[in-house]
Amino acid sequence: MIRVPLFTKEARAINYVSGPLIFIQNVKGVSYGEIVRIILPTGEERTGQVLDISKDIAVTQVYEGTSGIDNKETRVRFTGEPPRVKVSIEMLGRIFNGIGKARDGGPEIIEESNLDINGMPINPSARDKPADFIQTGMSTIDGLNTLVRGQKLPIFSGAGLPANKLAAQIARQARVLGEEEKFAVIFVAMGITYKEASFFMRDFEKTGALERVVFFMNLADDPTIERIATPRCALTAAEFLAYEHDLHVLVILTDMINYCEALREISTAREEVPGRRGYPGYMYTDLASIYERAGRVKGRKGSITQIPILTMPDDDITHPVPDLTGYITEGQIVLSRDLFRRGADPPIDPLPCLSRLMNLGIGPGKTREDHRNVADQLYASYAYGRDLRRLVAIVGEEALTELDKRYLKFADEFERHFVTQGDENRSIERTLEIAWQLFTLLPEEELKRIKREFIQRYHPAAQKGM
Amino acid sequence: MIVGAISRISGPVVLSEGMRGSRMYDVVKVGKEQLNGEIIRLDGDQAVIQVYEDTTGLQVGEHVSNTGLPLSVELGPGLLSSIYDGIQRPLPLLAEKSGSFISRGIAVPGISHEKRWVFSPRAKTGMRVSGGDVIGTVHEHHLEHRIMVPPFVSGIVKDIYEGEFTIDEPVCILEDGRKITMMQTWPVRKGRPYQRKMDPDTLLVTGQRVFDTLFPVTKGGTAMIPGGFGTGKTVAEQTLAKWSDTQIVVYIGCGERGNEMTDVLTEFPELLDPKTKLPLIQRTVLIANTSNMPVAAREASIYTGITIAEYYRDMGYDVALMADSTSRWGEALREVSGRLEEMPGEEGYPAYLATRLAAFYERAGRVVCLGSDERKGSVTVVGAVSPPGGDFSEPITQNTLRIAGTFWALDTSLAYRRHFPSVNWIKSYSLYLDQIQDWYTASGFSDWKDLRAQAMYLLQKEVELQEIVQLVGPDALPESEKAILEITRMIREDFLQQSAYHDIDSFCSLEKQYWMLKVILFFYDRLNLSMGKGIPLSKILKLPVKAEIGRMKELTEIGKIKEIADTIDSSLGSLEVER
Repeated sequence: MIRVPLFTKEARAINYVSGPLIFIQNVKGVSYGEIVRIILPTGEERTGQVLDISKDIAVTQVYEGTSGIDNKETRVRFTGEPPRVKVSIEMLGRIFNGIGKARDGGPEIIEESNLDINGMPINPSARDKPADFIQTGMSTIDGLNTLVRGQKLPIFSGAGLPANKLAAQIARQARVLGEEEKFAVIFVAMGITYKEASFFMRDFEKTGALERVVFFMNLADDPTIERIATPRCALTAAEFLAYEHDLHVLVILTDMINYCEALREISTAREEVPGRRGYPGYMYTDLASIYERAGRVKGRKGSITQIPILTMPDDDITHPVPDLTGYITEGQIVLSRDLFRRGADPPIDPLPCLSRLMNLGIGPGKTREDHRNVADQLYASYAYGRDLRRLVAIVGEEALTELDKRYLKFADEFERHFVTQGDENRSIERTLEIAWQLFTLLPEEELKRIKREFIQRYHPAAQKGM
Repeated sequence: MIVGAISRISGPVVLSEGMRGSRMYDVVKVGKEQLNGEIIRLDGDQAVIQVYEDTTGLQVGEHVSNTGLPLSVELGPGLLSSIYDGIQRPLPLLAEKSGSFISRGIAVPGISHEKRWVFSPRAKTGMRVSGGDVIGTVHEHHLEHRIMVPPFVSGIVKDIYEGEFTIDEPVCILEDGRKITMMQTWPVRKGRPYQRKMDPDTLLVTGQRVFDTLFPVTKGGTAMIPGGFGTGKTVAEQTLAKWSDTQIVVYIGCGERGNEMTDVLTEFPELLDPKTKLPLIQRTVLIANTSNMPVAAREASIYTGITIAEYYRDMGYDVALMADSTSRWGEALREVSGRLEEMPGEEGYPAYLATRLAAFYERAGRVVCLGSDERKGSVTVVGAVSPPGGDFSEPITQNTLRIAGTFWALDTSLAYRRHFPSVNWIKSYSLYLDQIQDWYTASGFSDWKDLRAQAMYLLQKEVELQEIVQLVGPDALPESEKAILEITRMIREDFLQQSAYHDIDSFCSLEKQYWMLKVILFFYDRLNLSMGKGIPLSKILKLPVKAEIGRMKELTEIGKIKEIADTIDSSLGSLEVER
């Protein structure tokens, strides 16, 4: 329902301008969170949102920035509406700016609905349990940190690491086994360069997926504050496509660090008490209001799966942005500079990776009965092998026992054959097969994490003996 | 009724004028949509209100009306197997009224006022009763729900009824005309009264080896689980909620993931309590304020949970309360405090953080309940803490450390190598060891403390030896110290590691734990004996019994585990004979 205001409040009332904020005085009947139109002396119109109101001042953030706004001539008009975005199934294949306006030169879409971009929290008792295994074709993800429909699984990257290539490959290969269902990809660019954005566009074009993709683009030279609205607009569109049109939507958000910088900019301009590294204390809640919009809802067919990408400043996983993200999301995929240098492609370091929902998506009937055990064993053995590397650096390989040497070899081979796969799209069976091949490097009694019956059934040595 | 008008709105905090005469922590209804809020500061004519719902769309000048009541919960039959939001609104009812997404301004009662319960009286006409006395019982699932005289009420029973009643209908009438129903309301920020606190001296059996054997918590004790993300806090909390030997579990999902609550909701009806063999959900009350739900209600959710826990404690039951995660609660305090423009303390947290945390944890305890029958109940509080960057020096971890009796430090490096539960055995501690020594002895494990001390000694020794190994390599160690490294690896992998998802190993009885550790330590002693007789360590480690120790977890019969000790003895014995 669209409320048409009976009258609009318009005034030349800007008092104070600071950073992205304007302070509007002497206005009545302003509601919290509503959208404000700002008309510059040049006739240009901008959009803002009310952040704080008291009796005589309304603090408003301006999405497109405050350059050119004066405190004499510029007029403001209150709309009485929360920020909304027009959504429609026709959005597929189109490119929008950070607040949902067409930027591909095409006409504006004919809206099916006009929705509040803040959405509403899903009632936890109405959530449906994520359960469908998504095969991404990547061994380190499928085998060790399985992605499940309705999950939010971020990629923690570092400057210069190929996170985009990985995300594009996942978007290209991801499918649910045994089903041909309608899907869509929503690609949300926040503060990334044109080059990065066009990499994704070309990749989608090449695979013919372009007409299933909606782009929301706020590039590096676009207004910073618009970034606050960009993921929300995109997720509102995602919810509409998932819950009204029964699509399985994969949302790729890149780069979350830029979003958080924008958040910090506003917080600083409001002179709020800063938290860690100057980020506002409510950043956890704010990020949660984005990430928690992933999921499945009972009684609706569609689902929203999120893959946020974020660049860890100085590869520091304890930086507030990756840290808070890790506390909200259901695991993380971490890229490592060390593995990248050693030539692993993709350079995913399995040790700090995690998928909290993995157990829901694997096992008999979904992947294979030995999946859990195999993953546990790979982890335990690889972690031990990695520890040994450190030891070897000090005391030399000769000081190791026979068994430890085998572990060392295991770790090397694991990185070479399991982690590294280039552009190959591996089925889950292939991934598990490689794992079992690797286990032949170790004595059988070392495979403590695997049930005996699985060893008998799947171990290459046992199979040969039969 | 006091009615004021909004003068400022900033996120979840609203200022209202014309509120003189209001009391602190009164519940108010804000604006046209009647959003729930609570007064958290009074300043002359103005009241500062934290609103439990999203404030978007509110306008300056809208009315604020004071209900004159503190934030309270409804206590009575019907609480078990419910799932509530932070202010005790049943989420399924909210879903019925507003669909899959939570909208605003909906008022629903905490427990059903229509459902009829069969009340069997226990008090008799003419009896003198006072606060806490049980006047009758109701079957709530399979739990005997004891209907008590509310605290501070006393008198002589004039009439007591039997039959089916709703929670609003009186079941007992006192001579002074006061009616007692099956429902009580209680302000959440005030602890429920009891006669006196007792020393905690009973183990809370959790079925987790690293908890029960190494770092135990008592019934009525407090424990904290801090850990960076991915270290398994939530899995640990859920495991405790599943297997703790209490009659009631209150699980508070405070600022955590929605899918985790769904997980609990789908899993608990299927899992059976190892003691009663009834679905776990029948003994559980869930409170969910997921991270995208309003932040002010997060602050309240902890209090809502512990008040419900205290209510069941008052009936004479043992209750375990899991709060996941108290850091989110602290952050909610910080967010509201920031909006109030209070002078910040450490890392922006308000200066009263420590006081609030202490007040919350002190509501745990083993008590003699109100009432003349001297029944005993307990509330055990296990709080997860999510320190930013896994850094334990941050204020919430540090302030909780001062209060909590057991400290289970989760370790990122253990989690990376999939050692779960990732409890760091060097950093963790329990302050209850002395108090429960007698309990262990009475339960037939008199040498528990010695076994534990020996295991801890070896694990500590391992750390020292590892440092040497890192410098000069393992070959430089003497045989006896190599043996220690082998045994501690066994303790770590075959004893401390415990899968929460394994069908047998997820719950390990106390007896099994005891024997598992005993077998490993027996192996150590026996191996030392053999080595003294000149058997080389490498030969001993090739014995097949080593693999048997590794598979002990999967055994269900204690007898089989004891047999391993015999096998150790005989196989080492035969090595000695061979020589």
